[in-house]
Amino acid sequence: MTEYVPVLLFLLVAIGFAGGTIGLSSLIVPRRRNAVKNSSYECGVEPVGDALQRFTVKFYLVAVLFILFDIEAVFLYPWAVTFRRLGLYGLIEMALFIVILFVGYVYLLRKRALEWD
Amino acid sequence: MMPFTMPSLIAVDWWALGAVIALSVGAMLLLVLEFVPAPPASNRGAFVTLLALLAAAGSVLEVRDARRSLFDGMFLHDGFTVFFTVLFCVIGAVAVLQSWDYVKRTRINHGEYYALLLSSTLGMVLMAASNDLITIFLGLELMSLALYVLVGFRRTRLDSSEAAMKYFLLGAFASGFLLYGIALLYGATGTTNLAKVAMFLADSPMIGNPMLIVGGLLLLVGFGFKVAAVPFHMWTPDAYEGAPTTVTGYMSAGAKAAGFAALLRVLLVAFPPLMSEWRPILSWIAALTMTVGNVTALLQTNVKRMLAYSSIAHAGYLLVAVVAGGLDGGSAALFYLAVYSFMNLGAFGVLALLGRGAEERVTIKDLAGLGFRSPMLGLAMTVFMLSLGGVPPTSGFMGKVYLFSVAVKAGLIPLVIVGVLNSVVSVFYYLRVTVAMYMQEPGAEPVEIAWAPSAAIAVVITLALTLWWGVQAQDLLTTAQRSILGLL
Repeated sequence: MTEYVPVLLFLLVAIGFAGGTIGLSSLIVPRRRNAVKNSSYECGVEPVGDALQRFTVKFYLVAVLFILFDIEAVFLYPWAVTFRRLGLYGLIEMALFIVILFVGYVYLLRKRALEWD
Repeated sequence: MMPFTMPSLIAVDWWALGAVIALSVGAMLLLVLEFVPAPPASNRGAFVTLLALLAAAGSVLEVRDARRSLFDGMFLHDGFTVFFTVLFCVIGAVAVLQSWDYVKRTRINHGEYYALLLSSTLGMVLMAASNDLITIFLGLELMSLALYVLVGFRRTRLDSSEAAMKYFLLGAFASGFLLYGIALLYGATGTTNLAKVAMFLADSPMIGNPMLIVGGLLLLVGFGFKVAAVPFHMWTPDAYEGAPTTVTGYMSAGAKAAGFAALLRVLLVAFPPLMSEWRPILSWIAALTMTVGNVTALLQTNVKRMLAYSSIAHAGYLLVAVVAGGLDGGSAALFYLAVYSFMNLGAFGVLALLGRGAEERVTIKDLAGLGFRSPMLGLAMTVFMLSLGGVPPTSGFMGKVYLFSVAVKAGLIPLVIVGVLNSVVSVFYYLRVTVAMYMQEPGAEPVEIAWAPSAAIAVVITLALTLWWGVQAQDLLTTAQRSILGLL
């Protein structure tokens, strides 16, 4: 278990830093409350309604699609680095992977999932 | 750095991979086909799905006696894989036949339905064939994600969306538990490969390592959720009730079998050294699952919900076989899974025929008088109910006899007593359906029966298998025993 000691130390430092800064600033901070200070955006933007409202499901779709293509990039980078060693086998594997993703891409294009309205 | 040996494309056994290839190509083809215009009455999707399932089953059967380890030992083709691949393909094919007309009648006939069905079958196959915790997780997620969508497929209905939401949220939690368990096991043993985990545990003083125990327990939580074992069963009735009836049948058979396939492989391959740890835990879960499932099923008036609790109870019986372990317990579990899958599919297949259009009439009252109004359907439902209750001469009886005799041999007398008592209780609510069908007058608005040739074929197939294995169980039993041998 000795290899976990640095992790434990890191955890302690993190907790100490977070707790220390918050604790210290709550001790020495000047308190001047007024209406503007207490609003959500202190910089002057007027909040409209509250945060507990329904968001359109399109945001969810965009998030999912982002993750999908993000993962593709995550796989492409290590492959690009070891491309020479993997050779033809790696090329075919990667081509298959991209073809499968491409089928999904064509599907969502045709379903017009990328059009906002 | 580990030396990297280049896999050769020629050395890959394509037959052994055939099932995976057929299912994934089929699923992708269905997505693309969505955009090729077809006449409105065509059932192209169902047809392509059937072909893919047939090709998958045929391809593994072509090399059924071979034993191959592919992709660095992550994917194993052995008797166990063949057994489950064929089982999943037949379950899928029966589900397609049941859906053929059902999806048109209930107006959920989108191409995605069959694409998702194939994807989830692919996930199940991967779960059964995986020899590595990571690929098991991959298969499990593929199966579950497709099922979440299928459960919510009647998206204009509130109960369907609610079911999908509950199933998804709880399922995501369960996946999290499973993944954390895998992470801890990897931390404790330094590998995710099941065979290497077993080797590590065999000559290790770390048996009592808390990280190992906690990791194993979290793994049990994940699988317990998928097979609907108490106390991880809360999602089952809602998800089963809200899902389209054909999907309910498919997931009650397929997802449960896949969960047990993965559980069996993990316990029998990787964790025999920890047997003294997991056996008592699983025994308690089994006893609880049987009792809670059966007692709660007594109170249901909706037959779909009743069958959901009954499927929980059956997970309990299956866990008894898993606790028994070894060649006998393993083959009893495989035997019971095959038997259970088809009687359950059959029962849901009959339910899927009731109602006009998109309406769903599946309460006990709706079944009143069905035995006279449609003798064939009444007879089929009666056989399925008797089989689920474990009454001879049905396959459910043979399954229970073999399962409990194996458990007695393994010295699990208390569990067997609980199991037999539970079977007696269960006969009561199964017979309630039969009583309603034959001894009660239909109500003011008798339920309409939506006959279709394909659905009739599905009923006949499931009925035939249920009766055939009731009188001629030897073949299936031998196959089950041969299939489990490779794991031990």
